[in-house]
Amino acid sequence: MAEFKNSGEYMKDFKGVWVFAEQRQGVLQPTVLELISEGRKLADDLGVELAALLLGDGVEGLAKEMGGYGADRVILVDDPALKDYTTDAYADVICKAVMDKKPEIVLIGATNIGRDLGPRCAARLHTGLTADCTHLDVETTKYADFLREASTLDVDNMIKIGKIKMEDRNLKMTRPAFGGHLMATIITPRFRPQMSTVRPGVLKKAAYDEAKAEAVIVEKYEVEIAATETKVVEIVKEAKQLVDLIGADVVVSVGRGISKDVEKGIALAEELAAEFGGVVGGSRVAIDSGWLSADHQVGQTGKTVHPTLYVALGISGAIQHKAGMQDSGCIVAVNKNESAPIFEVADYGIVGDLFKIAPMMIEAVKAAKAAK
Amino acid sequence: MDFRLTREQELVQKMCREFAVNEVEPIAAEIDEQERYPFETVEKMRKLGMMGIQFPKELGGSGGDTICYSIAIEEASRFCGTTGCIISSHATLGAWPIFKYGTAEQKEKWLRPLISGQKTGAFGLTEPNAGTDSAAQQTEAVKQEDGSYILNGSKVFITGGGIADTYVIFAMTDKSKRNRGISAFIVDKDDPGFSIGKIEHKMGIRGSQTSELVFEDVHLPADRLLGKENGGFKIAMTTLDGGRIGIASQALGIAQGALDQAIAYMKERVQFGKTISNFQGLQWMVADMATKIDAARLLVRRAAFNKDHGLPYNKEAAMAKLFASETAMEVTTKSLQIFGGYGYIREYPMERMMRDAKITEIYEGTSQVQRMVIANNVIGK
Amino acid sequence: MKYIVCVKQVPDTSGKVAVKPDGTLDRASMATIINPDDKNAIEAALALKDQNGAEVIVVTMGPPPAEGMLREIMAMGADRAVLVSGREFGGSDTFATSQILAAAVNKIGVDEDDIVFCGRQAIDGDTAQVGPQIAEKLGIPQITYAADIKVEGKKVTVKRMLEDGYMTIETQTPCLITAIKELNEPRYMSIGGIFDCYSKPMEVYDFNTLKDDPLIELDTIGLKGSPTNIFASFTPPQKGAGEMLQGSDQEKVDTLVGKLLAKHII
Repeated sequence: MAEFKNSGEYMKDFKGVWVFAEQRQGVLQPTVLELISEGRKLADDLGVELAALLLGDGVEGLAKEMGGYGADRVILVDDPALKDYTTDAYADVICKAVMDKKPEIVLIGATNIGRDLGPRCAARLHTGLTADCTHLDVETTKYADFLREASTLDVDNMIKIGKIKMEDRNLKMTRPAFGGHLMATIITPRFRPQMSTVRPGVLKKAAYDEAKAEAVIVEKYEVEIAATETKVVEIVKEAKQLVDLIGADVVVSVGRGISKDVEKGIALAEELAAEFGGVVGGSRVAIDSGWLSADHQVGQTGKTVHPTLYVALGISGAIQHKAGMQDSGCIVAVNKNESAPIFEVADYGIVGDLFKIAPMMIEAVKAAKAAK
Repeated sequence: MDFRLTREQELVQKMCREFAVNEVEPIAAEIDEQERYPFETVEKMRKLGMMGIQFPKELGGSGGDTICYSIAIEEASRFCGTTGCIISSHATLGAWPIFKYGTAEQKEKWLRPLISGQKTGAFGLTEPNAGTDSAAQQTEAVKQEDGSYILNGSKVFITGGGIADTYVIFAMTDKSKRNRGISAFIVDKDDPGFSIGKIEHKMGIRGSQTSELVFEDVHLPADRLLGKENGGFKIAMTTLDGGRIGIASQALGIAQGALDQAIAYMKERVQFGKTISNFQGLQWMVADMATKIDAARLLVRRAAFNKDHGLPYNKEAAMAKLFASETAMEVTTKSLQIFGGYGYIREYPMERMMRDAKITEIYEGTSQVQRMVIANNVIGK
Repeated sequence: MKYIVCVKQVPDTSGKVAVKPDGTLDRASMATIINPDDKNAIEAALALKDQNGAEVIVVTMGPPPAEGMLREIMAMGADRAVLVSGREFGGSDTFATSQILAAAVNKIGVDEDDIVFCGRQAIDGDTAQVGPQIAEKLGIPQITYAADIKVEGKKVTVKRMLEDGYMTIETQTPCLITAIKELNEPRYMSIGGIFDCYSKPMEVYDFNTLKDDPLIELDTIGLKGSPTNIFASFTPPQKGAGEMLQGSDQEKVDTLVGKLLAKHII
């Protein structure tokens, strides 16, 4: 094996957990705080420091907040050349800092920018990168507990026969593949740092700690930034485009059940869909009655959808409707009639009046999101 | 002996299936409902070389064979009988007679735009009083001193009438000779005196346009005569032989499409606590239908193979069309039955498929004509 | 002028995904397709070819039957193909894969006017890593998530999508662009193209072809050399029969939201 400066004996030189603090136009991406909260746990398990690597132009003010969620240190590279994200300038700075300071773990949010930057850096740093992770562990006892919950594996037997070694201290990065049909836990045993992009919105944000926010160390890091080959001409912010049913991650559909107050029924569906970041669909009845336009129709004559979550409000579940939605990841059905066929395909069924249940759902989802 | 498709034929099948699923199926119900000719689909097919599949590249075609042509019609017809009909009538009725009987100049002028898909073609033989009995034609082309012709008369039930740019029209040039007095002509949609008469409302293949053609003193220069004077009957009969492979492929596709739908439905429809695919009565229906469809496919492919290899295909094409079209009618009827009430409503495609299937027993020679052709071949005249 | 398109053959996961009892994917029982984003990359290259007549070369790493996919892409209009195939390459992670593909692209040669295209990500791994890593190894700029591409001489202008809008980015050829679905509508094979595709040239690069390329490190290719390893793989617990939630309306809703939280749906 050729000798690499981040492999074999050299691996012990790598210490500490880093989080890439992605900001856009001076605003921290929300996922950064999730990564810092998670990174804090990993750093504690390893007994090392947690640092956030912050690049930008005039962004020092973001450091405190990251301290409040658990960062011990913010490594700040403040330079006009870093104002807007470019792959070349950011990769250049990050790779130089990593080679200089040698963290053992680097976490990057799996945003469009993170997934552009992560692989470029990992290739240059000559290490592995695991994409779009949803769960991270260093401590094997915690990982074993996670497997007991999230898999059908015989974890205790795996430990007994040595398939899982309790002394393993590699970062165990778990990610879905094939749209969640398979899960894989990946390690980077031979190279450092261990790099991962992490799916936004999955890991939980810790409680904010004002004392820690005050105590955060800001380290200004000076580095010469190489000339870039790409140029940002403009950045345009857009409201989220109208997502079509097929591409939507969440679909909230309405059916005959809203007939007693169509306007309110649709408004509730829209509000609930907005809370989930999804779109509104409808059964054939809802379309034929003119409550929703034809592009909303789910089913045999409409569209076939497979969102992560499908909520059916007041839909009985005629066969032609089920044909269009039964492969959804998770199906929630609300219907007054307990023998409605929709319950046959639902993961969770609620027998009740949608005009009562939907507002409760909206409130509960809001509360759940706020608590995260 | 090898029953497999070649690798190119397999790719044609894959491509046509993707095309049918993505481009044909989504508008099939709408064009039926609206009786709308799918110009947009024809434009897409033109770009992909689907309007001249079995013609040589030198003439602007795709360099394929009759099997590929048959596959394209079958795949489209699985979802939409209209689209299958359009491919078939354009290529075999409109273009093929010019390809087979045209002069080099006629091919350059009239055929190239057809098989590259810039223009579409149609075929006019049938008249109000001359269906199966083509010798009863009343349309007449009278030869002038300068060698040109004056065409008068009308044609009915012309697939693509009013849509097509180029028509192959049959007319009597010598009434005394009956069938041996028929000639074929190339007529352009803009020829003065040529007009489109009544546009028919049909039971099925409603997206394809069927109309009357009216000829009033249409002046045709001598170079519009296709083949020899008084040689039209042979052109008509050989063209229909090839056309029958297209219609058989259409029938085959409709049948396969209906069975696919029925099987999918049986696997999801639950009655008495289990999917209806568990009931043996229905299983046996499916087994019979699948067997007949497969037999039809073998007949269709054999006829196409013979045509591609210069072997006789008159009887083979007639058998393929007879069997495939009767299979289509039977399979669409039974598949609709499997759907029960759902089959009878327009939410599902079954009733449309059944209506589309019926035409395959009628046009380009009724099932009775096919039996005549077959009997003539096996008994002798 | 050349456009080199890197593509992957993937199992068709649009239908049912077959998983073996040991938790790995039952690839044999699943049909294969051209990775969807890669079709957008192919279309981007072919559309530019329609304008400027550049040569389009398609490259894939995979087992010998991947030739079928390359022929299909040539039937869509690509001019020639390279199949990178060798047992030594099997089991490569993204780091190793990008090294091998970069070496193959390097062997084809990246000249001043050329562009390398990839799909954003493959539906079997969903990593989106191979494109940027090829660019890094080739030492050329990358633009990912391309929703619009304009090429004028050496200047390349790309609309790069972000979650909350887009950036317009300019760079120069040679560069690497990864395509997303919004970029274009991939074309079908044409019938004429199908009858040409088996006479178009296809080269096979095996281990021996590439092993001496400066971009190849023999220690970090294949299953053994890949920096990342699979520690465990598993299927999430099977979806059981549906559950009717009990209690008062409020209790039902609270139970539901708790379950959705646990599944990370909220």
